[in-house]
Amino acid sequence: MREIDVQTVENAVCEMCVAANYGLSADVKARLDNAFDKETSHLGKEILKKLEDNLGIAGQDQIPICQDTGMAVVFIEAGQEVHFTGGSLTEAINRGVRRGYREGYLRKSVVGDPLLRVNTGDNTPAIIHYSIADGDSVRITVAPKGFGSENMSKVAMLKPADGEEGVINAVVQAVKDAGPNACPPMFIGVGIGGTFEKCAIMAKQALTMNMQEHSELPHIAKMEEEILERINRTGIGPAGLGGDATALGLRILTYPTHIAGLPVGINICCHVNRHESRVL
Amino acid sequence: MDRYITTPLTAEKAAQFQCGDMIYITGTIYTARDAAHKRMSEALARGGDLPMDIKDAIIYYLGPTPARPGQVIGSAGPTTASRMDKYTPALLDLGMTGMIGKGRRSKEVHEAIIRNGAVYLAAIGGAGALLSKAIVGSEVIAYEDLGTEAVRRLTVKDFPAIVVIDRFGNDLYETIDK
Repeated sequence: MREIDVQTVENAVCEMCVAANYGLSADVKARLDNAFDKETSHLGKEILKKLEDNLGIAGQDQIPICQDTGMAVVFIEAGQEVHFTGGSLTEAINRGVRRGYREGYLRKSVVGDPLLRVNTGDNTPAIIHYSIADGDSVRITVAPKGFGSENMSKVAMLKPADGEEGVINAVVQAVKDAGPNACPPMFIGVGIGGTFEKCAIMAKQALTMNMQEHSELPHIAKMEEEILERINRTGIGPAGLGGDATALGLRILTYPTHIAGLPVGINICCHVNRHESRVL
Repeated sequence: MDRYITTPLTAEKAAQFQCGDMIYITGTIYTARDAAHKRMSEALARGGDLPMDIKDAIIYYLGPTPARPGQVIGSAGPTTASRMDKYTPALLDLGMTGMIGKGRRSKEVHEAIIRNGAVYLAAIGGAGALLSKAIVGSEVIAYEDLGTEAVRRLTVKDFPAIVVIDRFGNDLYETIDK
């Protein structure tokens, strides 16, 4: 049994909330650079250049990349040999978010009750997804999620007969419906299989994967490439004003499902696809 | 084409804008997003006043991040405009001439834009750090308890935005969809 003080988790979450909002990971940045190089629309290229400039200013002048600094989504994968000490883990994570959003000059975008809608004032509570793994380490991923694109995300409960083509069509249609609202160029996370909730969580996790890589499953890797190509043929383009770069990257996660179903979760994110991971 | 304008945005100035024009705004604009629009709508319903002189005014759909010491404002990009659609026609009918946001608008907003000779502009979504550089003054003027959603009076200098819906109802996004 390995003991980990929840204070360590709090500090890590706090630091990751801030880091994610001021700089993008190397894979995400590389996808943006690549799109800029390849864009053939004049206005599209100009907009991609402004997004590049924006990233430079964010890092240099310490201004968050986007004003929507998101709701803090936290994945905790805890080894079953770990014993957390020093109090509640959930409370520690929320303390980390509270401190990160205050000390990092990040926006407080969370309302306490979805209908009464009073701002909690500190961006808590976080959305926490716990899972148990083997071993004695803890993997923490913090992914602050903006809602312009979150609002355009979907779950489609397809029929097994819809097959691969049905999945592709559902994703492309979701992107078309999102259009200029989701701040293209976008990143797309797709979850295929499982149940209603499982496919949505996989779609979120897919957004945190390396956008320069592809699935280890050959048929899924091929599908990642094909959907991305189909999306970029829509012509929606940067800021929805036309061009080649509608999506910068797309990852898929799959899970076994029921004989009667083919659930598909489609999580849309703008180019500010923020995620930080750390292993304790 | 590029157009440099100063506020107030009179209907005469707005009438010259065409879909796809790049507009650089200098002067005063106001921020309001979801919660502030709801409050303004409630104020109008009970015969109260709006927090700003809405005649010839521009509203920017923005909830900024907090300013660091020494900064005017934090990150300051546009939010999705369609969430304000329900409240927008009433403000246009009261004389508002410009809106800055991103994304598509409803049929009702299109009609109110045409009816009143107004314009809808888009700023680049996700470029909040860059856009903050065009904001030289910021002051909360109403609904301070709403935090980031409070109504602010912003002083802007050459704030860049693209004309998406012009006063004739031409819509740049629709031309791209085709």
